Amino acid sequence: MAEQDLYQSAAGDKPAAPTRREAYEASVRRRSNRIALTSTAVVLLSVFILVPLAPGWEAVQRSFFNGEVFAKTFPGLLNAFLLDVMIFAWCAPLIALVGLGIALCRDVRAPALFPLRLFGAVYTDVFRGLPVVLVIYLIGFGIPGLGLPRPWNSPYIWGSLALILVYAAYVAEVIRSGIDSIHQSQRAAAASLGLSDADTMRFVVLPQAIRNVVPANMNLFIALQKDVALLSFIGPVEIFRQAGVYKSLYANFTPYVGAALIFLALTIPATRYADYLMNKQNRRRR
Amino acid sequence: MSAKLSLRGVRKRFGDHEVCKGIDLDVGEGEMVCLIGASGSGKSTLLRCMNLLEPIDDGAIWLDGDDISEPGRDPQPVRQRIGIVFQSYNLFPHMTASENVMLAPRRVKGLSRDELRPQVTELFTRFGLGDRMEHYPDQLSGGQQQRVAIIRALAMAPEIMLFDEITSALDPELVGEVLDVLRDLRRQGMTMVLATHEMGFARELADKVCFLDAGRILEQGPPEAVFGAPREERTRAFLSRVL
Repeated sequence: MAEQDLYQSAAGDKPAAPTRREAYEASVRRRSNRIALTSTAVVLLSVFILVPLAPGWEAVQRSFFNGEVFAKTFPGLLNAFLLDVMIFAWCAPLIALVGLGIALCRDVRAPALFPLRLFGAVYTDVFRGLPVVLVIYLIGFGIPGLGLPRPWNSPYIWGSLALILVYAAYVAEVIRSGIDSIHQSQRAAAASLGLSDADTMRFVVLPQAIRNVVPANMNLFIALQKDVALLSFIGPVEIFRQAGVYKSLYANFTPYVGAALIFLALTIPATRYADYLMNKQNRRRR
Repeated sequence: MSAKLSLRGVRKRFGDHEVCKGIDLDVGEGEMVCLIGASGSGKSTLLRCMNLLEPIDDGAIWLDGDDISEPGRDPQPVRQRIGIVFQSYNLFPHMTASENVMLAPRRVKGLSRDELRPQVTELFTRFGLGDRMEHYPDQLSGGQQQRVAIIRALAMAPEIMLFDEITSALDPELVGEVLDVLRDLRRQGMTMVLATHEMGFARELADKVCFLDAGRILEQGPPEAVFGAPREERTRAFLSRVL
């Protein structure tokens, strides 16, 4: 204790003049900042000067960065984006549930449940092996083609199902890797207390596994938020489709830029947050 | 058969490496048996075999005259009767100390938190952790974590406790508080088997000391005999290295 006090008071009385090392580090820092600033300025300047010199610049500017069209279409795009958010909102929890179920299927050891295990393996292989848009087409056009009555022929239902099936396969793999990452000694400790395999999974392994894979799953859900736009191919007028409508209406591509900005406004903060979580976790593990 | 726990010709191999090469051992009711020997001599594996964490390849383990090592037998009831504490504590990091302790009694014995609380609080208080019950493992020192791990095993009211080098991962100044817990259990008459490097402790408290060497019990007897007048050359060599 006394030693610690001494140490702290020494730190508190630090002389105002920087030590040799601090002075050196400050000069290195100033130098790096100067270089970084200069190179950034050079790159930005050349973009701003050179790109407008390109022969097609004026045409591109007119059709992609038209302020008037932007102002007219942006509120409509925002409105259409609500549909994306809603589709995301009902898909995400279902994906988490189905993904968890598939991950658990792949971990069962009882021989009677082997079909479940096989199903889990085949499922993840199939749905991770197909392009999302292909699954959306097959399910979104295929199942309503059975002649189902309203509302069971809605593209919202079957398009969402396609997204759920595909994304659940990825989530299942992430959760399974989380389960594998829990050290064997945790299972041994649980077993030594007489806990059943199911209780060991439910109370000991899974809570830790899920926590470990939260950042990885967040990245998947950010990807999902973007892939919701693929549903436009089978009908729903969400933001991408709405941008297409505006494009035809005004014969101008600016609505697509508007749509891109709306996506970025959501995905960039979300991605940053996922990175932050990931870093925090890495630091904790050291 | 009078011994509480009896091992006869126990063999265990991992791949090509035979870790236990025919172990015979008797642990009487209320006895404290210490397994000593170099790292890799098979002490830990033997303990893990005793509560069926590792299935044995050959031989038999008898608990109260009942063959618990029979292949295909459900290990869970046996594990409730034989508790084990590990070198690396193996607490569940996402639960508080008291949740760690209550999980198994809740799930296996079907007791509620309210029913358990008085007994669990008493255990924590007895081992000097009354004010640490709601802490998470990473908020506790190594010695405190290891004491929680002991409480967790005791909460299942086992008939035998196994301790696998439980002080080896601790800073020297924390070893004492954990050994005090063992002394306390010893006074209560708990049947215990310890793999340990704490020779002074083994000499002070053990009823029987077994020296393991390359998967065999080379020498066993009361501590005065094994420590005071070892018969085997290898025992002497080992003791001269560690004492």
